[in-house]
Amino acid sequence: MSDIILETRGLTKHYGGVHALDDANFSLRNGEHVAVVGDNGAGKSTFVRQITGVEQRTSGQIFFDGKEVDHAGPLDAREAGIETVFQTLALADDLDVPSNLFLGRELFKFRLGPFSWLDRKTMRERTMEALKTTAVKIPNVDNPIRNMSGGQRQCVAIARTAAFASKLVIMDEPTAALGVQETAQVENIIRGLKERGVPLILVSHNLRQVFDLVDRIVVFRRGRIVASLRRDETDGNDIVSYITGVKGNAEGAYA
Amino acid sequence: MSKSTTQPEAGLGGLKYDPTKRTRAPEWNVFAALVFIVIVFEILNRLNGTSFLFNLRDNVPGLFNQQRLNIMILQIAITGIIALGVTQVIILGGIDLSSGSVVGATAMITMSFAQTLLVNGNPNPKAIFGPEWMDLPVIVPIVVGLVCGIFAGMINGLLVAYTKIPPFIATLGMMVSARGASRWWSNGTPISFPTESYANVSNGDLLGTLTFGLLHWEGQNPAVVFVGLAALFQVIMIYTLYGKHSYAIGSNEAAARMSGINVDRHKVLVYTIAGMLAGVSAVLLTSKNLTAQAGMGMQYELDAIAMAVIGGVSLSGGRGSIVGTVLGSAIFSVIISGFTSIKLDAYYQEMVKGVIIVGAVVLDQWRQKSRARG
Repeated sequence: MSDIILETRGLTKHYGGVHALDDANFSLRNGEHVAVVGDNGAGKSTFVRQITGVEQRTSGQIFFDGKEVDHAGPLDAREAGIETVFQTLALADDLDVPSNLFLGRELFKFRLGPFSWLDRKTMRERTMEALKTTAVKIPNVDNPIRNMSGGQRQCVAIARTAAFASKLVIMDEPTAALGVQETAQVENIIRGLKERGVPLILVSHNLRQVFDLVDRIVVFRRGRIVASLRRDETDGNDIVSYITGVKGNAEGAYA
Repeated sequence: MSKSTTQPEAGLGGLKYDPTKRTRAPEWNVFAALVFIVIVFEILNRLNGTSFLFNLRDNVPGLFNQQRLNIMILQIAITGIIALGVTQVIILGGIDLSSGSVVGATAMITMSFAQTLLVNGNPNPKAIFGPEWMDLPVIVPIVVGLVCGIFAGMINGLLVAYTKIPPFIATLGMMVSARGASRWWSNGTPISFPTESYANVSNGDLLGTLTFGLLHWEGQNPAVVFVGLAALFQVIMIYTLYGKHSYAIGSNEAAARMSGINVDRHKVLVYTIAGMLAGVSAVLLTSKNLTAQAGMGMQYELDAIAMAVIGGVSLSGGRGSIVGTVLGSAIFSVIISGFTSIKLDAYYQEMVKGVIIVGAVVLDQWRQKSRARG
């Protein structure tokens, strides 16, 4: 069991009367890349938000790295080693690349409450290293990211994961707003994560991308996990059948 | 988009690192505008046989028009200190409309603690408190002034951070209330006759007669305080967590929150510092004028916002700098003095001031758009 990095048991989230997520049993092995697919409103993003601590679950348990966890907020989850690339980019446009990478966990020369002195040199060096591991090329890391392309910005968001040696990376639709070339760039970074053995949960609508990148595909439908299929044992039609409800029972599946 | 020309070997990875891609600091544009405006006024003055910047009279020594520079520096200093606080609030993504009124209220309260017991041997005719509260050491009114400013700023911050009402409304409320407080404090009568030590705060010379090359002037403590505070906050905004988080919140508040920054607490801190700076300004203003009146600081908040906006601080938050605001305040002051120097009517000045403020915001919007296009 020590091979399992993340496990959820009976994870449930209700928004008032809406059962956005119902009894989700999910597990992820170390180094495994899993895609989470499903129709709009199937519960994919809700599932991710419970794991990352952005929202508090209604019931159920989450085990991360061998321990049961209860993250009060995204920072908690981040400190535990869960790094998330959100659907809406959580970047500050007017800050440069190092400031964005280290936002909320800056390094200091000395501490003095809110007037703590930033260690800009070290942050910049570690940013360059992180960008190197993701093979991202940024024109100048000292410029505000406002002027960068969508792909470059997405890469900055993803580079955070490399800068902080995370134990689990979650990406929620990382290429939804990107062009062809930029998408390829992000996919390359994902392959890099695979090579380095970093486990990944990828939320995506793009089945071509999913089949290209991951080991296993988990299908959500109406707040439930309806299927968990190895990539080489399934195909596009099969997945679509589960997504649309042609296949799969109402009881749910263990993922 | 020049992406195709810099296509890297692997076909992936976007643009290459290019040190020349560094964008020029926008403060240089503001500085260029300042130089340009000074030249324009110099030319306009020369057409009338006078000079804006230089001393043309034989009976007065010095290369520069010392009198005009003195007035300009004083103008910049007192409103500029407010602008330093307003700049931080705007960078944070907020706005502070209350600073002028806070100056008014703080001026009245502070002056009450700075009064002298005897005026020419007679009891002080404007006394607010009893004799035991007269002739206090100079530190007392200064601390009172700072505390008043901090108090008002903290209320602003708490309102903005925890009731989630728009900063415009929260500080508008403070603007009206603080003005009311300044009238209520002494039922509208002015408070005068400060102790000599208090009068020296602004009129004395902390650093002696200041000399910068060909420029020299005496008794410009407000300018010294302004420059000192500007340098301090420029450093704080760039090198400390305080500045980094201010820019982050103004740039993308949701992202800042998601990154674990305590956004609400930071907002309270920034508004409090802005209030404190308004308090500093009130102390210097009353000390300079030797009196406090309920109408003091009227519209200073608008002048301060104008200085920030002219200096390139974006009203949408996240962009701008203290240096920009200092340059903006210099432009502001040059324009006012410039209009006076070419004998333009005061009413025109007001109208043109409005046009400049709107123009600066339009320019900012236009800059943003042209940047977004790449």
